[in-house]
Amino acid sequence: MRFEGVKPIGESHFRILDIDGKIIDEDKLPNLTDDQLLYLYRTMLFSRTIDEKALSYQRQGRMLTYAPNLGQEATQVGSAYAMEKEDWLVPAFRELGAWLVRGVPLKNIYLYWYGNEWGSHMPEGVKVLPVSVPIGSQFQHAAGIGIANNIKGEKNVVVTYIGDGGTSHGDFHEAINFAAVFNAPVIFIIQNNQYAISTKRDIQTKSETLAQKAIAYGIPGILVDGNDIFAMYTATKEAIDRARNGGGPTLIEAYTYRLGAHTTSDDPTLYRDEKEVEEWKEKDPILRFKRYLLNRNLITEEWEENLKKELEEEVVSTFEAIENKSDTEIEDIFKYHFEKMPPQLEEQLREYKEFLEGGK
Amino acid sequence: MANVINIVQAVNQALENEMENDPTIVVYGEDVGLEGGVFRATAGLQKKFGKDRVFDSPLAESAIVGTAVGMAINGLKPVVELQFMGFSYPAFNQIISHVARMRNRSRGRYTLPMVIRAPYGGGIRALEHHSESTEALYAHIPGLKVIIPSTPYDAKGLLIAAIRDPDPVLFLEPKRIYRAFKQEVPENAYELPIGKAKIVEEGEDVTIITWGAMVRDVQKASQMVKEKGIHPEIIDLRTISPMDRETFVESVKKTGRAIVVHEAPKSFGPGAEVISVINEKAFLYLEAPPTRVTGFDTTFPLPRGEKHYIPSPERIAKTIEDLVKY
Repeated sequence: MRFEGVKPIGESHFRILDIDGKIIDEDKLPNLTDDQLLYLYRTMLFSRTIDEKALSYQRQGRMLTYAPNLGQEATQVGSAYAMEKEDWLVPAFRELGAWLVRGVPLKNIYLYWYGNEWGSHMPEGVKVLPVSVPIGSQFQHAAGIGIANNIKGEKNVVVTYIGDGGTSHGDFHEAINFAAVFNAPVIFIIQNNQYAISTKRDIQTKSETLAQKAIAYGIPGILVDGNDIFAMYTATKEAIDRARNGGGPTLIEAYTYRLGAHTTSDDPTLYRDEKEVEEWKEKDPILRFKRYLLNRNLITEEWEENLKKELEEEVVSTFEAIENKSDTEIEDIFKYHFEKMPPQLEEQLREYKEFLEGGK
Repeated sequence: MANVINIVQAVNQALENEMENDPTIVVYGEDVGLEGGVFRATAGLQKKFGKDRVFDSPLAESAIVGTAVGMAINGLKPVVELQFMGFSYPAFNQIISHVARMRNRSRGRYTLPMVIRAPYGGGIRALEHHSESTEALYAHIPGLKVIIPSTPYDAKGLLIAAIRDPDPVLFLEPKRIYRAFKQEVPENAYELPIGKAKIVEEGEDVTIITWGAMVRDVQKASQMVKEKGIHPEIIDLRTISPMDRETFVESVKKTGRAIVVHEAPKSFGPGAEVISVINEKAFLYLEAPPTRVTGFDTTFPLPRGEKHYIPSPERIAKTIEDLVKY
């Protein structure tokens, strides 16, 4: 086990890559090919580009409320990359990097934030649940999917996410408790980005770490440097391998930082000082990974500049393809509550359409 | 031998029949496995179908429903039990935020064929929180079906229909009459249509719309007024949402009078919805204002007071007489 000896209590984070891009312990480095490393870097950059463009569109009045992922790219991309094709992803709402890895098309992602339910209609074969806004509630769906896997005798696993604020929720406790009791193959990942909107992590719990809560459920827990792509990948991979082999759930605390606002409706200058943000910018997961790749001569500044241009073009063309073309069909508002519309809904739809047609 | 059973046995038999037919059905909740539920609605099922399909869960209503969402997405058909309707509220967030929304939220990509069963209603001299009739809270949620049977035959046929339904159903069982009477019921599985009311008694003077345990009290009231020459038409709604409007609207067009009888509190109760529909669709046929006989806008009293809360046949009969004289 690569994370043997890393306890869920205390200051010791599971870490492989330091902030200068140097490997701390070669033995713990996962076996990834150069192509895989470049894919991870590309996906992290793609995630950041999607966020930055969305924020810019939002400021221009072209996008609605948006929840950026800035600073959490390694947590999301690293953990999701440890999954296999048949595994399930159960997100909260700040998991862009994980969605990209799991094959959710950018068009869906933007369509969702643009305000159309079709964004949550995942393509066939993409085993990703829609965004779950009520904090913590998605953990229970993940536990249920995992328990069902055991009942059906299926080997796929579930990876689910929550924030530090979500750990205060009853759903957090109930879901992990269920998964533990039924030995369900679920990896519960806390993206501890230090803030629930404006509320600091130490107001959520008196526990020294969030990972230590695993002890009470009788499952393994680990505190990981969430800005280290290798540590996130490795910790999640080991948890997944254990779950797939009948070892049950794991709780992972990914210690990271939200460099942006909670959503575009939030003003973080009200609750945290610029100095703290600047310190965390030094620990930027993309920067850290870039230093590693530069040290290994796997990328150049020029390569990155070209890549950024290419990614930006993709983002712009995807957004422009949905912009001003994504108004909801009236029928769609009514059609998807039940397999067959009850008479009440048919009547309401008919009356509304008649009103629109001129009040016949 | 004839299959003569009560409501709780009908629930049990529906589960057994369907579990035989459909290997994806799983049944779980608090005490439902080994013990067979506090009312024994799931008695014998764990022994017959094994612990993988019928099991006790940790004591957490929100997770019972929340995990059912995940199971349904992952190809199973969970039929979960909440021990009492008064304990359903920890699960309310899951029900209103996810159970009722997943199909719409995902534009049909994820659907939730699942059933939540809960005993509801008062009259069994129970502790606080064991006597609630809050069907209106749930009937108000878009995307959720709410069923309340009143006989063994209906309980079995409707529960099987609920299990076979592709969408989530809240199935509320009137525990006051769980064992009140028996009825001959087909032994094999059969379905009754969801969203279809039943005319329990035909009459021409007044339409009484009711459901659950109140159906029998309305029948008693009907006997009382018949002696005075008044003939009510009794309609058992059976499905609270989506409501079968046609059956009671047609009846009110015939009788010109309507009374809704429910155990739930009066204000903002299901009766208000029934009467709104009558006003919209049968206004010109009315000979008297539609009215309600219901529980009060109070907390359900502890056992020493519950006889005052649940509408009695006498209270219902008095309202019938007043309305006919209006």
